[in-house]
Amino acid sequence: MTTVLATIRQSWVITWRDLKHWQREPWGPVFGILFAVMMLLIFGYLFGGAIEMPGGGAYLPYLLPGVLALTMMFGIDGTMAVVTEDTKRGVTNRFRSLPMSGLAVPLGRAVADLGNSAVQLGVLMLGGLLIGWRIEGSFLEAAVAVGLLLWLRLAMLWLGIFLGLTLRLEGALTMVQVLVWPLGFCSSLFVSPETMPGWLGFLAAWNPVSATATACRDLFGNPTGITSGMLADHAMLLAVAWPAVLLAVFVPLSVRAFRRLG
Amino acid sequence: MSPLSARGVRKRYRDTQALDGLDLEVTAGTVHALLGPNGAGKSTAVNVFATLTRPDAGEVRVGGHDAVRHPARVRSTIGLVGQSAALDEALHGRENLVMFGRLHGLAKPDAVRRAGELLDAFGLAEPGDRKVSGYSGGMRRRLDIAAGLVTRPQLLFLDEPTTGLDPRARHEVWEMVRQVVADGTTVLLTTQYLDEADQLADTVTVLGAGRVIAEGTPSALKSDLGGDRVIVTATGPDDLARMAGVLGSAAVVTSDRLEVTVEAGAAGGGAAVVEVVRALDSAGIKVDDLLLRRPTLDEVFLHLTAESAHLDADLGRVGSS
Repeated sequence: MTTVLATIRQSWVITWRDLKHWQREPWGPVFGILFAVMMLLIFGYLFGGAIEMPGGGAYLPYLLPGVLALTMMFGIDGTMAVVTEDTKRGVTNRFRSLPMSGLAVPLGRAVADLGNSAVQLGVLMLGGLLIGWRIEGSFLEAAVAVGLLLWLRLAMLWLGIFLGLTLRLEGALTMVQVLVWPLGFCSSLFVSPETMPGWLGFLAAWNPVSATATACRDLFGNPTGITSGMLADHAMLLAVAWPAVLLAVFVPLSVRAFRRLG
Repeated sequence: MSPLSARGVRKRYRDTQALDGLDLEVTAGTVHALLGPNGAGKSTAVNVFATLTRPDAGEVRVGGHDAVRHPARVRSTIGLVGQSAALDEALHGRENLVMFGRLHGLAKPDAVRRAGELLDAFGLAEPGDRKVSGYSGGMRRRLDIAAGLVTRPQLLFLDEPTTGLDPRARHEVWEMVRQVVADGTTVLLTTQYLDEADQLADTVTVLGAGRVIAEGTPSALKSDLGGDRVIVTATGPDDLARMAGVLGSAAVVTSDRLEVTVEAGAAGGGAAVVEVVRALDSAGIKVDDLLLRRPTLDEVFLHLTAESAHLDADLGRVGSS
């Protein structure tokens, strides 16, 4: 029988297992952090000099929250990779044959991945501070910003779990790994949507990661690069609502997919 | 109470009818083998019995519980060992067993104790504290089976437990299965190795195209196919032709092995040997080798699947006319 308590206990066993992985094979998460630092340096130094902010202002303070949000979004394929691997090996099927809650496996995974992401965020923010990024807002505002980033990561994580459980095609993972790039770039993460052609700017503004990045810029006291429109007025609301919508869709779908895998 | 009883189970995947009205009854305390080629429906059957796959039709009761209506009850009485070793490669062997034990609802100290028992029982104590990624195929398989045993299930499913193992590792797994049954667990195993079913099973169900095409003890299935056969090996191609002439129209010639096979009649193998030797001796034909043997399960299998193919062809004709 699966009670709430049993589900929590089972989830914790799964979390323990995932944390153990990082202890035994730390290269994946370490590479994830290095990759994010690399993005920061490429955009900060390589492209940064050529990018002009609408309404002036320095690029680095604009860029850093964008890189933080991108790192959260790229969590999709990291989560998906692990779920795909478990399914391929038959580990998922063994979990499914156990008398446990359908929620426990994805939930345990979610807790572990959130922990990993929190570390990533910490390292990136420290790196940003080292190269001159500053938090102008209050401590509380900064904490809310970190909360919004993890909230986005939570939604991306469940999307990754869902994709990992349902996309069974060979090469599906590679496809997702390629697709996150245009999805990540067609946003306010690196350049302001106001510098884009109208229709593209519209799409970029509606991208869920744009809302999180813009809200974080506001909270950190960094330039948002946005002077008017939906994002300027409702970034905070959207940064809360977008992941909530994604979660409302993909949590039940993932639990269902876990049970219906066969 | 029967550990597993299935009636009229059907399951369709897009354009293949994986299970086409499968009936199965497993007796407690025995090893029951599902034998069949790839695509016969063995794994689908196991997945349906283990509640991983929902059947389109039919009734499945595991340990008295309805597998469709009460999957959670079924899950607490079974152990599943799938086709690929479902282990966490980054964890130690012991950690894997503890993890599965805890997911089964054991408290941590109990899970640790049980993991230790299983590692000791199956000769895995020494590698138990190393990462699974360094295990040999045989060790991995034994650990995998042990993981299916953490809660002493009443019924253990083994889906092709020795596929891809070398002969030595295969024998170790067989030994392990015998040990499991001796401890009182009922085993349902699938295999495409006929000697495996012969070695382990009390009852064999032969599957073809999602249906039962034969069932019985290994020896009953063999005797279904007919009696013993006498196999004579000639010293050369010329002798082979003469032999075939002397032994008559019932003899089957296998030219590449220089063999002639004669099926023994109702009189039995011994009489057939005498008859063959007499005939060859009076014709003055030298013999390289002479063998009397029972039909192998391979032959039974080919025979049965061929029969079922004929049946399908007949049904097809009826259906299309």
